[in-house]
Amino acid sequence: MPSRSADIDTFPDGWRHRHLLDLERLSPDEIRLLLDTAARFKQATDGCRRKIAVLTGRTIVNLFFENSTRTRTSFSLAARRLGADVVDFTASSSSLSKGESFIDTARNLEAMGVDAVVVRHATPGTPHLLAQHLDVGVINAGDGPHEHPTQGLLDIFSIREQRGDLAGATVGLVGDIAHSRTARSNLWGLVKLGAKVILCGPPTLVSPRWREVGVEVSHDLDAIIPRCDVLNLLRIQFERQNTRPFPSVREYAHLYAMTRDRLKRAKRDLLILAPGPINRGVEVTAEVADCPQSLILDQVTNGLAVRMGVLWLLCGGRGVDSAAAAPSHARVV
Amino acid sequence: MATLLIRGGRVVDPAQGLDGVNDVLVRDGLVVAVGPEGAQAIGRADETIDATGLVVCPGLVDMHVHLREPGREEDETIETGTRAALAGGFTSVACIPNTEPPIDTQSTVEFIHQKAARADNCNVFVVGCVSRNREGKELADIGQLVEAGAVAFSDDGAPVYDAELMRRALEYCRMFDKPILAHEEVLELSRGGVMHEGMVSLLLGLTGMPAAAEEVMIGRDIALAEVTCGRLHVMHVSTAGGVALIRAAKARGARVTAEACPHHFTLTDECLRGFDSNFKMSPPLRTADDVEAILAGLADGTLDCIATDHAPHAREKKMLELDRAPFGILGLETAVGLSVTRLVNTGRIGWPRLVEAMSTLPARILGINRGTLRPGAIADITLIDPALTWQVDVERFRSKSVNSPFHGWTLTGRAVATIVGGRIKHRLDAS
Repeated sequence: MPSRSADIDTFPDGWRHRHLLDLERLSPDEIRLLLDTAARFKQATDGCRRKIAVLTGRTIVNLFFENSTRTRTSFSLAARRLGADVVDFTASSSSLSKGESFIDTARNLEAMGVDAVVVRHATPGTPHLLAQHLDVGVINAGDGPHEHPTQGLLDIFSIREQRGDLAGATVGLVGDIAHSRTARSNLWGLVKLGAKVILCGPPTLVSPRWREVGVEVSHDLDAIIPRCDVLNLLRIQFERQNTRPFPSVREYAHLYAMTRDRLKRAKRDLLILAPGPINRGVEVTAEVADCPQSLILDQVTNGLAVRMGVLWLLCGGRGVDSAAAAPSHARVV
Repeated sequence: MATLLIRGGRVVDPAQGLDGVNDVLVRDGLVVAVGPEGAQAIGRADETIDATGLVVCPGLVDMHVHLREPGREEDETIETGTRAALAGGFTSVACIPNTEPPIDTQSTVEFIHQKAARADNCNVFVVGCVSRNREGKELADIGQLVEAGAVAFSDDGAPVYDAELMRRALEYCRMFDKPILAHEEVLELSRGGVMHEGMVSLLLGLTGMPAAAEEVMIGRDIALAEVTCGRLHVMHVSTAGGVALIRAAKARGARVTAEACPHHFTLTDECLRGFDSNFKMSPPLRTADDVEAILAGLADGTLDCIATDHAPHAREKKMLELDRAPFGILGLETAVGLSVTRLVNTGRIGWPRLVEAMSTLPARILGINRGTLRPGAIADITLIDPALTWQVDVERFRSKSVNSPFHGWTLTGRAVATIVGGRIKHRLDAS
């Protein structure tokens, strides 16, 4: 039976956005609100395991122009936990191969009466362009190397769950910063919540210009490990690179893989995150991925909580009773 | 014996060192006299234009225009492009040969001339391909293209990639005294790029095109121009480093000229934050420091002229993801407004230098008998209202396309009459 918490009846006053496109332009309070909402949903659904039917009758479409298994599944499950219907739309089966523009595709889906579009695309800014052309909510599920706001939120959510406040925490983002949307969303979220961020990787993947937004840049993982409270190990995005930015995977792993030896030099309560899919043996060795400090599987569960919260906020959820009556964008400015 | 009198305007003609209130008398398509009111040669005329308060200058010449015909008539045609030119105050354009097929044979040149004659708008001067079929492998039949009327050579849209071919082109064109108009880009460095590589591209996760991609190629071509004594014209300079290279080359006496585009001295890479493909062009919008260097380069003459790189693309082509949308921005109908607003009204340059950059020097670089109001010259004349403030509305453009990011901008300065060969081809009132 679907459960229901009194908490979910109250729509937060501080949320005024129709879309979730990136974390760069959200305020610290808005990010906290998103995290708090996710926490409410995690609790109300008994750790994301049960249904809470606050979006009954709503339809969410997953519009994925780029392959994804886990993010799409996570959004689908989150929507179903809330009682919404879910439609999957993938580029390979679509009219895009017939030359239709992505804007026309999205408009067609909108005309079928969907309430929110979850979009993934290889090109930065595509969700932003869609948001300009659609009246329904757009959720960015990853736009090329730009942002992946729900991934950033779930990473931060997972850290917050373990250590409470983010302020003062030192978080190392290690690896392919250049091509990582996870890195960008984490960076903005963490900085806004007062964490100290260190970006670490070879200069071909970590531009020194990142210092201009107030983060530390390091090319030496061994040097930063002892100072970190959290390490987020990012995947090498081979598919986005023109030319390989390091001589060999072997050399990369030698310099930047999180190994048991490196773990020994870390703080004892170091938290380890990795947004899947992980390349075991490249960014992280198997024994570290599975060690007690690893939050890798918590991240997956928390992804559901974050996405339930986001879908509810953007679909103008009002609790079960009022949801059907309220226009879906009543709170949009 | 039709005569036209343009009375009381501020006549600016750098070719004869003229800047003052004068009358201009035109007869049978030629300028017959320029002088103060009542001067002996200035008599009665069949038609008189009161140019009080206006700038009267030799017809503007845009030496970098993509008319798209033949091959991409959905973007622009010779007819619509030349009408856009007239509306923007241009009496002559040079059309770039990256058409389909490219302009690499006499018959294609003749096709352009015929279409331009039929449109009967502004003059169209043809730029021929450097390489056959624009493939960058062997020289096009440059001598025959010159005979057909080509005024310069370019593979624009792409660089002449083979350094040896570029060297031969510069060398070979010496015997015709024709310039090579060079698109400067090291393609390996800009591959996959959609915008300038810098802080903004880093934040947006968009693939960047570093300034070095342009500067390395400018450096190569300057060296080749110096070794061959050929005439190199650097197109759409967008970086501070490029300006510096050209300034140094000119100081050494190299036969190098250069142009800047209005968007490159007006906009920066910050504009890409909204992911609007109308801000996507090649070379890309750079940083505020680059904009400043281009303004300085135009002021001190390092950058000889202003050219638009008018690059129309049909609406649907620009309504794509940023990496799939084509490079290019319209230019013809906003160039005067942007130049007056950004250069003259800010005090960076005076009217004589503006007219030099938009008429005298492009005419000289192309070797065409335009760009002056000397008695005997062909009466191509542009009248500009320097104080007219207007709002850009792409829906009112004469161009077939609307890919201008300046839609809605308020600009000062606009061409109010465009006269080609003594005939008034465009008047703002009549629009």
